[in-house]
Amino acid sequence: MKGRDIISILDLSRKELLNIFKLASEIEDAPNVYRDELRGHVLALLFFEPSTRTMYSFQTAMARLGGYSLVFSDTSKTSIAKGETLGDTIRMFDGYADAIVIRHKIEGAAKYAADIAEAPVINAGDGTHHHPTQAIIDLYTIWKYRRRLEGLNIGVLGDLKYGRASTSFIYGVSLFKPNKLFLISPTELRLKEEVKSDLDKFGLDYIETTDLEGVIKDLDILYVTRIQKERFPDPAEYERVKGSYVVNMDLLRSARETLMVMHPLPRVDEISTDVDSSRYAYYFKQAKCGVPIRMAILKLIIKG
Amino acid sequence: MEVDKELLVRKIKDGTVIDHIPAGNALNVIKILGLPRGKENRMAIIMYTSSSKMKLKDIVKVEGLELTSREVNMISLIAPTATINIVRNYVVVKKERVKIPDYFEGIIKCSNPNCVSNLERETAIPKFRLVSKKPLILRCLYCERHTYREDILRQFGIGR
Repeated sequence: MKGRDIISILDLSRKELLNIFKLASEIEDAPNVYRDELRGHVLALLFFEPSTRTMYSFQTAMARLGGYSLVFSDTSKTSIAKGETLGDTIRMFDGYADAIVIRHKIEGAAKYAADIAEAPVINAGDGTHHHPTQAIIDLYTIWKYRRRLEGLNIGVLGDLKYGRASTSFIYGVSLFKPNKLFLISPTELRLKEEVKSDLDKFGLDYIETTDLEGVIKDLDILYVTRIQKERFPDPAEYERVKGSYVVNMDLLRSARETLMVMHPLPRVDEISTDVDSSRYAYYFKQAKCGVPIRMAILKLIIKG
Repeated sequence: MEVDKELLVRKIKDGTVIDHIPAGNALNVIKILGLPRGKENRMAIIMYTSSSKMKLKDIVKVEGLELTSREVNMISLIAPTATINIVRNYVVVKKERVKIPDYFEGIIKCSNPNCVSNLERETAIPKFRLVSKKPLILRCLYCERHTYREDILRQFGIGR
């Protein structure tokens, strides 16, 4: 994987994902073995859009591998404020760093950066499009706690139209042949036609529904996403759909004992806090997987 | 070409005859090609004429112009049945059907305003892969959003 760009999770094969999971697992077991793995290497973190988890977990991952991060996260203090183009900013950091992580509100920005840069580029979110490393973390969480990814009944809940994490998760799931894939959302926030046409092309069956209560008892995994106010072009549309779903213990009474409730975080009110201490809550464990997965990815694309 | 058209418009000496345009689309074709471009491009537009292959069709004859492959690609997006005849000294020297290419670069814009290829000061040239000919669907290679025939017509200022 050395030198590879990761723009979409579909840039990776099932086998490559499993290799990342195995390495992340080894890192979790013996982190000290890897503490000098990327000594002398530099990672550019270009966050044109705000981030907490993604940015700090990449920074932590690079530090734990012995490498250094250049962090660019407040465009008001950089030459972007002077009118520098994205292309020129990428060219400049390409000269400094061994790999570039980029987040941008514009769709296709990471692909554009990858076209320009010689260094490998990792997409940390481009508008409503892709967020592949989040999906790798999500799949790893299932692999780690379930020991398998195939043959599961998976529900994806919330904003499937504008949510990049849910889109990347669905693409990731498609590589592992789920038994059933339920896409649960308000009608207005159904999966984009483009993504559906890809799933059809892959021969993956899915069930679109608005009825969470009707499917909860069938699920092995419930992947919950926030309805993101900032992605809505029309505030009235957001007002119509906000608070559509709340996952609480009342709902989970009819769930399987082994159900994993996941969420890429941050959450607002779509999972009530009474779920946090239950057997179903995997979202904080999922967040903890961020660092070992990003360590594995950085090692593989910078050093091989 | 059938006899009735011979009666309508005389042959051109040097130039291009765009034949088998879906009936009613001749004006869209000339708009997309930016024709006429000057006095040297004398033109004849024949609309709703009978055709053995397609019942009714349109024809555009342009003098003093040989279409480039880029222009042929542009025509293929709105008139996929068209044939291009290059005429030199009254003789058709080249005849080809337009073919929608599997890959487009720089001809049309992505329909997603939030796509990097629509940022003015960046150098991301719009690139597309053909998803389907009928209905016409192109996929942007940056944002992966689909652009449809109606989007393309709108870009060229052709309302539907």
